[in-house]
Amino acid sequence: MKASVTIARTITLPLSDEVLETLHAGDELLLTGTMYVGRDAAHKRMVETLEAGGLLPVDLKGQVIYFMGPTPARPGKIVGSAGPTSSYRMDTYSPRLMAEGLKAMIGKGMRSGEVKEAMKKYKAVYLGAIGGAGALISSSIRKVDVVAYDDLGPEALRRIEVQDFPATVINDIYSGDLYDIGRSQFRIADHHG
Amino acid sequence: MREIDTKSVTETISRLLQDACYRLSDDVLTALGQAYEKEESPASRHALARLLENAEVASRDDVPLCQDTGMAVVFLELGQDAHIVGGNLYEAIQEGTRRAYAEGYLRKSVVDRPFSSRVNTRDNTPAVIHTTIVPGEKLKITALSKGFGSENMSRLAMLPPAKGRRGVIDFVVECVEAAGANPCPPVIVGIGIGGTAEKCMLLAKEALLRRVGDPHPDSEVAELETEILKRINELGIGAMGYGGRITALAVHVEVFPTHIASLPVAVNLQCHSVRHREAVL
Repeated sequence: MKASVTIARTITLPLSDEVLETLHAGDELLLTGTMYVGRDAAHKRMVETLEAGGLLPVDLKGQVIYFMGPTPARPGKIVGSAGPTSSYRMDTYSPRLMAEGLKAMIGKGMRSGEVKEAMKKYKAVYLGAIGGAGALISSSIRKVDVVAYDDLGPEALRRIEVQDFPATVINDIYSGDLYDIGRSQFRIADHHG
Repeated sequence: MREIDTKSVTETISRLLQDACYRLSDDVLTALGQAYEKEESPASRHALARLLENAEVASRDDVPLCQDTGMAVVFLELGQDAHIVGGNLYEAIQEGTRRAYAEGYLRKSVVDRPFSSRVNTRDNTPAVIHTTIVPGEKLKITALSKGFGSENMSRLAMLPPAKGRRGVIDFVVECVEAAGANPCPPVIVGIGIGGTAEKCMLLAKEALLRRVGDPHPDSEVAELETEILKRINELGIGAMGYGGRITALAVHVEVFPTHIASLPVAVNLQCHSVRHREAVL
């Protein structure tokens, strides 16, 4: 299997199972629709709520969550810089949210074996947004609402509307992993002993 | 004796941090442009093109380059014949940091009590300050906005001296390999060799402040930099970890004498969004 750049496909959110099945590691996507935004503290609170037998502030069934905490919006703007944060810090929490019906996560960087197993089990995908492209990504965000945990500031749980949000499929539902594929394709064999 | 007012220190810190968070410097833009030209991997090239586009959007639309506007690290080179007037120098730096993050609409990412309550300090203070006393009567200020995606991938090894040059190279390459996509490659690799544990890590951080790609003036150190860069770029990680030839834009090494019993090596990674500026008062 080769990592290749195809013309970016336009995908409407939330994702249906039919669309999920067509996604493969390395695919370039432009996402349009609604997604949730949360990072470390919001994840911790959501999972603690579930463990205590409570209900989540939003229904995650079929939804997408983007690991991000923006800079403050300038007056007249809806959001500041809005790029992804490192995903591994959400690894502890993600399987529990997939069990609640979460279908896609967007972030940057590698996921744990447990998260990859859970993605397979629950038929969910992991998408990469370009780390450090917060200004560019912010121009694809049309609307932002804080839906819970307002006290967490940049870490509050938000719902955003995006148009042509650029993302790349890292982990698909067939165990394809762009990080592994890409690295093995370009690695120069260790001849240093 | 030459007087330097703390008011100008505050203003300078605020200006430097804001400028760094909104605009990539020429050396970084050049390095990213060269990486784009050289890269063979379509996925990595695509990511590099987006990063160059991001730099344009950031300055055009007045949006920070990255949402992680970092923890502020300030380096002072204070001339021993300068006289600081108008208040406490370190407080002036904290005020400059406070002002930069408020007026610049930068994210406040600093929390107190890291091991327990982790309450946001709400103004991104305290900045971390490193001071060196130097000859002269000027004050050189370098302000770095350090993102933690890359900072979290830092490592220190107190190697046995027998590991030698080869041991240093292997340790650094291992660090970058283990970090993979996490520190937002293509990265700048800051390396400290020698000193004590804390001195070594500080050398690694100082190495990040050099203009991207400028070799070390000592040819033996410069050769080491070239060799490590080659090894890192053979890893195949590429921009964003999507696979490719350019995993690091540059490797910068700083060296200090050490104890007979040790070979300390520190690695401090810098993501492609290199944000630091300097000024002399």
